Amino acid sequence: MSAQTPAAGLPETGRIPAGWRVVAGKELTDHVVSIRFLLLLIMLGALGVGAIYTVSGSIRDAAAQVSGARGIFLYLFTLNPPTSLSQSLPPFVQLVGFVGPLMGIAFGFSSINAERADGTLPRLLSQPIHRDDVINGKFVAGLAVIALILGVVILFISAIGIIRLGLVPAPDDILRLFAWYVLTVVYVGFWLALATLASVVFRNSGTAFFAVLAVWLILTFFGGTVIDAIGGFLAPAGQGASVAEQIRRAEVVQTLHRATPNRLFAEIGQVLLDPRVQTVDIQGILQLRSTNRSLATVLPIGQSLLIIWPQVVGLIALTSLCFAAAYVTFMRQEVRA
Amino acid sequence: MTADAVVIRTVGLSKVYPGHVAVRSLDLEVRRGEVFGLLGPNGAGKTTTILMLLGLTEPTGGTAEVLGLDPARNPLKVKRHVGYLPDNVGFYGSLSARENLRYTARLNGIPEKVADARIADLLRTVGLADAGERPVEAYSRGMRQRLGLADALVKSPSVIILDEPTTSIDPVGVVEVLDLVRSLAHDQGVSVLLSSHLLHQVQQVCDRIAIFVSGDVVAMGTVAELAARQQRGANVVVEIGLEGDPSVAVPIVAAVPGVASVDRDPQDHRLLVVTLAPEARATALSALLGAGIVPWLVRDRGMELDEIYQRYFAASAAASGTEEAA
Repeated sequence: MSAQTPAAGLPETGRIPAGWRVVAGKELTDHVVSIRFLLLLIMLGALGVGAIYTVSGSIRDAAAQVSGARGIFLYLFTLNPPTSLSQSLPPFVQLVGFVGPLMGIAFGFSSINAERADGTLPRLLSQPIHRDDVINGKFVAGLAVIALILGVVILFISAIGIIRLGLVPAPDDILRLFAWYVLTVVYVGFWLALATLASVVFRNSGTAFFAVLAVWLILTFFGGTVIDAIGGFLAPAGQGASVAEQIRRAEVVQTLHRATPNRLFAEIGQVLLDPRVQTVDIQGILQLRSTNRSLATVLPIGQSLLIIWPQVVGLIALTSLCFAAAYVTFMRQEVRA
Repeated sequence: MTADAVVIRTVGLSKVYPGHVAVRSLDLEVRRGEVFGLLGPNGAGKTTTILMLLGLTEPTGGTAEVLGLDPARNPLKVKRHVGYLPDNVGFYGSLSARENLRYTARLNGIPEKVADARIADLLRTVGLADAGERPVEAYSRGMRQRLGLADALVKSPSVIILDEPTTSIDPVGVVEVLDLVRSLAHDQGVSVLLSSHLLHQVQQVCDRIAIFVSGDVVAMGTVAELAARQQRGANVVVEIGLEGDPSVAVPIVAAVPGVASVDRDPQDHRLLVVTLAPEARATALSALLGAGIVPWLVRDRGMELDEIYQRYFAASAAASGTEEAA
């Protein structure tokens, strides 16, 4: 470089703050006062409360049978409604697996393209912040508001359980619930990252919304059929197939399913929120059956985490990958549309 | 920093996109307290130049230096001292004007108390003091533009870069905005780089201008310099506006010694375009007055930026021939 005029002549400005924090702070405020925040909070809260009311009778019975056993408190979130009720809500764990993505989509689909559409992006980027501060700050704010909604609803359900049903959580239950809560945020974070990616790629926030919604619909409703078909192709097990072939096919299908965040999250919930679950693998389940080991064995949380660790890592990896894609795409885009 | 210190300097700055040159080897110097105008039609490379100066786009060649810093390597420091009003500036519609400016202040690390006082001041300066608490979605485009100016000033910049600052502001507002820009430069020593395609305004406020045509600067200097450079030969071109049918006056003026040619203006038929020696001007006018014809307009052509610009643009378009259709 040629001899530069020293910057000493510039007025004193003080420290420039970490840009992502300022962005995150502003975004979080926007989210919390937004209508979608209120709607999602009410929706998830109502679903959660509805879910535990349908199972409260069963929980009382179960509590009476296995009084003092660990994990009863977690029934609040996992117990299936009695089969006598034809119209009832699935347990909260499943509800979150189903509705959680919508939360991630709601807080992500317009995060970048709205800045472009409103013409605020050039103005924002001309402030003394790095370009990635924008997407990082927005993602952190999205995660924070998701954590807030989930936290409030889980605490609300727990409070109902404690007060109305008299269930008192053991320390192990609290740890399990907390671990599951953190991983739920990661799971919803996957959808947030996917929606953020869509908001970077699609200039129109409506297009971005429907694109992510389509992915969600496919994974939630048609994914099973498609994956079963692929599994059947990879490991054919037609009529008259041997047991070994059928098992192999089931294993292939399970492995394929585990590429989806939905399945990873469901398995994490099964293991973390039920201390009696010792495996989610098909071979493991078969082995348990054949050796006729009692399902009443209760695992400490460390053991449960160990069982589910691959799924945990997989979920975190999927979320990170998705955010990385959004990040790189955003960094490569021109400031001007 | 001395009074004529250079605050923006580019050397051979260029930006080439695949199949399209946005800016071709730009050499530019803007001094302290100067209002510098980038002039040119849309797509001429003005905004790209501005984005390179802010470190928002990497140049493909050459160097830029803003306040002694390289914006590509030290963008945060540059952006801390350079206020920018983008073309078609936007704000967060659900937030009030004051909240929008507060966000900018926070991003610049300005303490809240200092920021609040400054924001109140700026809103008054741009004439939005009463609307400061209203959400920006209720603002007209002109109001947004003024708010954009206040936004660029929140960080107390040493340099401000204004991209089309007067579009969509009403005529009275334009005068106010340009007055503000001039006083920032001349009274507070802020350097101003402004881009525009509105020639009168640039002419009113800019100390120097550069004319951009499809990525090239075809002329640079003060308005007077550019006009002088365009004068051809000893003759001047005078425009004479007449009531009624100007053809009556043609033979009268043509008869005056020193007059080289008399034509009707092809665009405005009320005008006569007279090429004459400078000393023949008075004789030609008294000949008209003697014939009872009183002109409503007499002026030298070529002193207005429109004309300078038109000629440069025409010359440049002709030079590049069929290559550039735009």
